[in-house]
Amino acid sequence: MTTDTTHAADTTGTATADTRATGAGVRAVRRRRLLVLTARLGVAVVVLGGWQLATTVGWLDPFFFGQPSGIARRLVEFFSQGQQATEFGSFWLQIETTLKEAVLGFALGAVTGVVFGVALGQNQFLADVFGPYLKIVNAIPRIVLGSIFVVAFGIGETPKILLAAVLVFFVVFFNAFQGVREVDRNILANARVLGASPLQIVRHVVVPSALTWIIASLHTAFGFAIVGALVGEVLGAQNGLGLVIKTAQNSFDPNGVFAAMFVIAVIALSAEWLITKLEHRLLSWRPPSPSEAAAI
Amino acid sequence: MAVRDATVTGPGAGRPGRADHANHAGRAGRAGRADHADRADARIELSGVTKRFLTPSGEAFTATRDVSFSVEPGQFCAVVGPTGCGKSTTLSLVSGLDRPSEGSVRVGGREVDGITEGISFMFQADALLPWKTVLGNVAMGPMFRGVGKKQALASARDWLRRVGLTGFEDHHPHQLSGGMRKRVAMAAALINEPSILLMDEPFGALDVQTKAIMSNELLGLWEQLRPSVIFITHDLEEAVALADRVVVMTSGPGSVKAVYDIDLPRPRGSVQSIRFEPRFLELHHQIWESLREEVQRAYARTTGETS
Ligand SMILES: Nc1ncnc2c1ncn2[C@@H]1O[C@H](COP(=O)(O)OP(=O)(O)OP(=O)(O)O)[C@@H](O)[C@H]1O
Ligand SMILES: [Mg+2]
Repeated sequence: MTTDTTHAADTTGTATADTRATGAGVRAVRRRRLLVLTARLGVAVVVLGGWQLATTVGWLDPFFFGQPSGIARRLVEFFSQGQQATEFGSFWLQIETTLKEAVLGFALGAVTGVVFGVALGQNQFLADVFGPYLKIVNAIPRIVLGSIFVVAFGIGETPKILLAAVLVFFVVFFNAFQGVREVDRNILANARVLGASPLQIVRHVVVPSALTWIIASLHTAFGFAIVGALVGEVLGAQNGLGLVIKTAQNSFDPNGVFAAMFVIAVIALSAEWLITKLEHRLLSWRPPSPSEAAAI
Repeated sequence: MAVRDATVTGPGAGRPGRADHANHAGRAGRAGRADHADRADARIELSGVTKRFLTPSGEAFTATRDVSFSVEPGQFCAVVGPTGCGKSTTLSLVSGLDRPSEGSVRVGGREVDGITEGISFMFQADALLPWKTVLGNVAMGPMFRGVGKKQALASARDWLRRVGLTGFEDHHPHQLSGGMRKRVAMAAALINEPSILLMDEPFGALDVQTKAIMSNELLGLWEQLRPSVIFITHDLEEAVALADRVVVMTSGPGSVKAVYDIDLPRPRGSVQSIRFEPRFLELHHQIWESLREEVQRAYARTTGETS
């Protein structure tokens, strides 16, 4: 009897404590978010403001180091002057060219990287044969390949796409390879006993399992694709943001360089956002990481 | 024959999904099950099986030595033995995932070569695919065997109902409790209506109550499908309560120490209440005497080796 009542009292007590804890938790989370946002804005103000101040007062020479207000002005010029924005057409055309090269190179490199990674990860013989060569090619500073591609394929879009693809390939390949190697032996044995054919094992077990690794590599890989496209353009091109940067450099226009850099950063961040979306979609089965399922 | 068929379809009778499944995925199994007394294809026979592994330093390590025992079609055989004596290794040989170094493993009179036909395996460790839903995990078996997606999903739903997991179809394994994951694994193993069922400490990690419930469920399902079972366990009570035959293995390298036939009548009814019957206690005592020696020897050796 007595135990019963104390028990009942206990549960009601816990219930109110629970709601109280929830309320406090929501408030704590909101306060923290506000604090983080303010601190972030503060950092931007200090950095940009300091730069602007230093160049205005004369501690730094804006002729060499640019100036935030100058960069902003340059950006407005780039986007408002239409065909006259650069010597080789509108600024949008430059963005389009670089973006196209980067995306195509990214796709080409990622697909071949996954295919080779899975094949070599699955097949010990292939891995043993190709392993040392891949290591050698990986050790070469691959940016230099850009010069060869420009010589071989001219100054069109092909050499940039190839350079981007090569850079992406190695990042994705090594991750896919490792991911395939890490497939859980039990899960593999289970699928085999259930009667899966080798192809079904690749489709239902190996690729989904390696996907965590592959997608993690895609985040860095898109950055490499952009680097590949830009370097290719600097080495020789008719269009593209790399060419914009090179021209600005040659005419002592640091603001132009920074403006192009800013646009590239926006592109990279958008790509990152898309890849994160893709990641959430494809890896929705994963348990939330400890930070996402934060305890109060 | 007709009677047995009726009992087999019993749980899902009148449900279209179940009837479809029986006609397609289950045909081979059902034909074989019709008279399980002479289902020779479900007889498991190990004779003189030795399995060696190559250690990283290049030496040969003998996991099992000269293991011989057999499981009759439709029989429930439990294997007990100290840890590390090669029980899991033996199962991987029967399933065809691995080959013996010496001796022969025969299923249905044929030497095992590649994955054994008509077999299902519940692994010691969690082997569900974390990226598939519960439903997808259970439907894998029929899908790998070429059953249409719709039918596979329908019979997966039916099997989830049988193991009491209706409503959890769209969950992912990490959202389930350990006991629920074992139920999913059980449904995934039984959906193919195997003629041979290998279970490696299936309920080892469960609490006593859940274990008892799952054991009863397993016995019920086994009585409907009547596969030959090899059931590995550390729990001797569980072994005696469930099995027709208990194989005791020696500490590593494992070999068969003794085989006991359990003559408790079937159906056994509840696993909890059979524990108090005199015949059960007598058998349990007898087998424990034999097992205790091995467990102590294995324990002495591992502690002796590390110190
Ligand atoms: N692939 C392998 N390579 C090398 N040694 C192995 C391998 N698999 C198992 N062994 C060894 O064989 C022995 C038997 O292993 P096994 O997993 O069959 O034991 P077990 O009886 O199932 O033990 P437990 O009851 O703890 O599960 C162990 O000593 C183990 O270290
Ligand atoms: Mg084991």
